[in-house]
Amino acid sequence: MEEMKIALKVHEKDNVATIFAKDVRDGLVLVLRDPKGTEEPLRVIRDVPYGHKVALADIRSGDSIIKYGERIGVASRDIRKGEYVHIHNLDSMRGRGDLPAGKERQHGI
Amino acid sequence: MAYEFWGYVRPDGQVGCRNHVAVIPSVTCAGDVASAITRQVAGTVGYFHHQGCCQLPPDLDRVTETLISLGKSPNVAAALVVSLGCEGTDSQRLEEEIRKTGKSVRSIHIQELGGVSAAIKAGIDAAQELVIEVSGLRRQLVDASRVVMSIKCGASDATSGMASNCVIGYVADKLTDLGAAVVFGETTEFLGGEHLLARRAATPQTGERILEIVERMEARARSLGCDMRKGQPTPGNIAGGLSSIEEKSLGAIVKSGSRTIQGVLEYPEAIGDRKGLWIKDTPGREPEILTGMAAAGAQVMMFSTGRGAPQGFPTMPVLKICGNPHTYARMSHDMDINAGLVITGEKSIEEVGEESFAALLDTLSGRQTKNETLGYHSSIDIYTLGPVI
Repeated sequence: MEEMKIALKVHEKDNVATIFAKDVRDGLVLVLRDPKGTEEPLRVIRDVPYGHKVALADIRSGDSIIKYGERIGVASRDIRKGEYVHIHNLDSMRGRGDLPAGKERQHGI
Repeated sequence: MAYEFWGYVRPDGQVGCRNHVAVIPSVTCAGDVASAITRQVAGTVGYFHHQGCCQLPPDLDRVTETLISLGKSPNVAAALVVSLGCEGTDSQRLEEEIRKTGKSVRSIHIQELGGVSAAIKAGIDAAQELVIEVSGLRRQLVDASRVVMSIKCGASDATSGMASNCVIGYVADKLTDLGAAVVFGETTEFLGGEHLLARRAATPQTGERILEIVERMEARARSLGCDMRKGQPTPGNIAGGLSSIEEKSLGAIVKSGSRTIQGVLEYPEAIGDRKGLWIKDTPGREPEILTGMAAAGAQVMMFSTGRGAPQGFPTMPVLKICGNPHTYARMSHDMDINAGLVITGEKSIEEVGEESFAALLDTLSGRQTKNETLGYHSSIDIYTLGPVI
């Protein structure tokens, strides 16, 4: 039997989870496990490499992306539930000399 | 339960876990002579940095002070200072300050002795005498409260913040509770998580200081007018699943555990008798942070990695805790502890934490780390702030 592929959600506020499995292909249904150990199915959109993230809800462009219960960046385009999240659709808001002053460093969610 | 290790009690009361004769070039231009001496005399190690001349005075002071702290660090049993003669650092002060610890210190001056070959001969003779002198020192049993552990993560991936850094956080909490000292750094990797660290500060002043050093580091990163991605996170971090500095930072600060942060040490500063959890203001890059941590007086470092960072430091043993089970399998001759078993669900953070704590005490008592046996630790440097002029 094939090993069950799991996505881990670290904090209850998170809107992304991390996949620790190889060969996660577009359309695969894997098991999302939350911090309490509750499991539910999640269909992945796009191939996702080992250690990379997927969205747990629809995220609109400009909204915060949350992991560890904290903001790790903002969506640079609309992201669908299950979609692969990485530098192609997540913008960092720190150390950004290319952005006008005041666009970064807002804490909180 | 009482925990102990076998260490070298130095004349100034510090406890070392190694017994090296350090050969210290006071400037990069003395490095080749220092290197020749260390190749010939067993029991010596060199600090092959690239600083010490044609820098602005605050940086020259910083280099001198860092070298003094390295010479005073507890794993150094005796020191040989190698001076060129025209450097910008203060080699006389370097020698005098290290001698104040009660350790034997010798010095050679390349220009005064008549050049490279004469200096190498004089250096070999002096280093040989120092090694013979310190080689008879014996280890004594000391309490674990004498531990000064530094921590760092490098070549991180998404497993680091969920496994190996959690394991180090467990050990950091345990050591802090035993009355030992723990030092962490990598100020760049506070960006996005600094508010969480500031909340753990012992005083409002320390909290403000944490925010200040982050602002100072971020201003440097912003100064070239670009997005710092590729610089931080690195291409390797990004390939490993870390999408932003915020994500890397939030995973990185996990390794500091959960205890109160007592204060912030400047880069050249030694921790001395201070206990508990401390921050040292350093960048994330290995050659500079490892030097800063050895200068803090750390006997040992716990180093978390996901993609497989092999680097160590000449006088401070580095234990590698690997969070990625696939990397551990590929690089088991570089990695000391497999925290990837947390990711696979085969072991808990506490189980791997206890295993790592036991390995730490063994390392302190003399057992070599994988990095030490390979001698993979010559690339070091001192973190400076201004231009080379």
